[in-house]
Amino acid sequence: MIRATNLSVAIHGTPILQNVSLDIAAGQIVGLVGESGSGKSMTALAMMGLLPDGAVAKGAIQLFEEDLLQTDERRLCAMRGQEIGMIFQEPMTALNPVQTIGDQVSETLTVHGAANGDAARKIARDRLDRVGLGHIGMAAFPHELSGGQRQRVCIAAAIALRPKLLIADEPTTALDVTTQAQILDLLRELSRSEDMALLLITHDLAVVAGMADHVAVMRNGEIVEQGATSTVMRDRAHPYTRALFAASAHQPEQTDMPVSDAILEVRNVVRIYPGRRNGLQRGSPLRAVDGVSFALKKGESLGLVGESGCGKSTLTRAILGLDPIQGGSIVLSGNPVTPHMPRRQRAAIQVVFQDPYGSFNPRWRVARIVAEPFHLLPRRPPDWRDQVADALSAVQLAPGDMKKYPHEFSGGQRQRIAIARALITKPDVLVLDEAVSALDVRIRAQVLDLLADLRARLGLSYLFISHDLTVVRAITDRVLVMQSGRIVERGETPEVFDAPNHPYTQALIAAAPRLDDVENAGDIDA
Amino acid sequence: MIPRALVFGAVPTLFFIAAAGLSFLWVPHDVTDLSIADRLQPMSAEYLLGTDQFGRDILSMLMVGARTSIAVALVAVGIGIGLGVPLGLAAAALRGSLLDEIIMRANDLVFAFPSLVIAILITAVFGPSAVNAILAIGIFNIPVFARVARGGAMSLWTLDYVLAARTAGKGRSRISIEHILPNIANLLVVQATIQFSLGILAEAALSYVGLGAQPPTPSWGRMLAEAQTMIYTHPMLAILPGLAIVLMVLGLNLLGDGLRDLLDPRLRRVRS
Repeated sequence: MIRATNLSVAIHGTPILQNVSLDIAAGQIVGLVGESGSGKSMTALAMMGLLPDGAVAKGAIQLFEEDLLQTDERRLCAMRGQEIGMIFQEPMTALNPVQTIGDQVSETLTVHGAANGDAARKIARDRLDRVGLGHIGMAAFPHELSGGQRQRVCIAAAIALRPKLLIADEPTTALDVTTQAQILDLLRELSRSEDMALLLITHDLAVVAGMADHVAVMRNGEIVEQGATSTVMRDRAHPYTRALFAASAHQPEQTDMPVSDAILEVRNVVRIYPGRRNGLQRGSPLRAVDGVSFALKKGESLGLVGESGCGKSTLTRAILGLDPIQGGSIVLSGNPVTPHMPRRQRAAIQVVFQDPYGSFNPRWRVARIVAEPFHLLPRRPPDWRDQVADALSAVQLAPGDMKKYPHEFSGGQRQRIAIARALITKPDVLVLDEAVSALDVRIRAQVLDLLADLRARLGLSYLFISHDLTVVRAITDRVLVMQSGRIVERGETPEVFDAPNHPYTQALIAAAPRLDDVENAGDIDA
Repeated sequence: MIPRALVFGAVPTLFFIAAAGLSFLWVPHDVTDLSIADRLQPMSAEYLLGTDQFGRDILSMLMVGARTSIAVALVAVGIGIGLGVPLGLAAAALRGSLLDEIIMRANDLVFAFPSLVIAILITAVFGPSAVNAILAIGIFNIPVFARVARGGAMSLWTLDYVLAARTAGKGRSRISIEHILPNIANLLVVQATIQFSLGILAEAALSYVGLGAQPPTPSWGRMLAEAQTMIYTHPMLAILPGLAIVLMVLGLNLLGDGLRDLLDPRLRRVRS
């Protein structure tokens, strides 16, 4: 139905896509997988005729009889929305915050002259019902909806005119696992029942494995392997596909650490945010963390899992002594943790954040960035440069990198710099706040290996906070599951994952896309 | 690539700054040199831009007048940055605190007054002089820079590197200086060029009503005021200082636009 033949795109002479050929039939789901920068999104934009300025496309994109590369902008405008719909990663920014959702869905209809006024609103209502928003009024504004509901609105707008092809660019990456599972179910069901072709772009092999009929693996602007999903998953003919699979399922080698006494004790911690100000009054206060207790033993790796808004970030900030707590106590090596704790104690607990781009002052060189925590010592050690060099070597960067600026590094390298900074004061506890969530699978596997190795060598204790169950399973000994500010389940990681007790944990684990099933199938055949 | 606005803005700006600088070393004729015999001369080799009703050389007066305009505007911007930026940084660092509230409401209070009218009031009360003009213009620059600094700083305070600095035990003032200030510097530079041009305009306006630099110090605004009675007979006397003001202000505005294009981190990310 839509077919790209030898599609090549260059932007200002730099080749972005090379000889991409992809064929999607009506009612078929095609998965396009690859790491960041592989050209997945550019392929989608080419299919929409939305290539950026300065892009030159060669080859052909055939939608039925028309070649989209030869079509003029007027005709393309008519086709976008009508023949091809698209949904994006970030449902927060894809909707206009000052328009009601009813208006935004019916806009697609009126723009294309398919319906007007009440007729358009009637269809919009029908489409919203179709994506499972029957209980939400047309007059609702985007900010009144959850992330998953907003993504449903985007889908409703995209399918309002029953397009032949729906392009979903990382549609669930910004969503929690349980929401992700629902959105994927909806997309699959829509594609089947409306006979709509679906191009699903994702970095997550597990999502594709569970969804797509056909999968294409992209690297550096080329499709290195494509075929029926089961075949690709089983054969993994191309070495790159094999590397991706290996990285996704990567299990860092864990040395058994002698685990001794608790080094960090969290007892009945309560963190209350004052209610939202509404004129002169305040709403009721929010208990973001509500009586959380746990102990982190020396040398242990403890996971903390939960969906967005469950209070894990708030808890992290309290444990780092950045925010005051309203109840309970946090004790690190026998001393209380507060925003006013002595510097020496602060040096014993350090943190690595999620965003490899926002973690560093862009105007500082690496040497100064990594040396910043020396501020916690009475004076900066005279051999601080050697210590920074050692820390960089420990995270497998070159000491020569000290002179560079953060923007000269890739995402994975930046995360290593962040780890080096956290290690420079030789802390006992390292808090890893979604530390590998923003990384591509292969880079993630390397950083996980590094973390496992550092723990074994330096005897560190990790508090590993993540929404990604696969990663938590790979790197932690024990795990805590958090929901609405409370710990609802805790235990040894393998036990919790294999036999969850709490309904919330069960829902989380059931919703997480997995590769195991496919892998087992492959093993049997082999 | 250098934005075109930057080039078009930098040319007149640098030209006037160079002229002002040159006037310290050399001017064609002394501006206090009255010679009634040579009054209201047209342009000539002797007087490149002609002379005014007292026989003073227009070119020399424009050069020295540029000095006055630039000095007044520069110091006024300096006052705005020197007081406004620390206030804005403090307000952002202690976001939601009583201090934040006091600083920002005081800002609103200053904003609520029509700046030029108050500047006229101040200079009228304390006596017309260049120093009082500087103070009057400078006071109204303080809330502008406080707001820009606070706005820029607030978004930076949510970033991870600021959190990382806090886990490194750094206090709010230290973080403000080490992390926040360098990263809002581009915002401040752009705002400074805009305020600089507004300062030039304000100085010209104050001088025009006789409340700026006092005679015999030449000033563009007063040259305009003195020329207005002769605007039909000797239009060049009004056109030349008017043109100087227009070009300088236009140049600075273009420069501000160009600098914003050059320094805006969002645009820079696209380029790298």
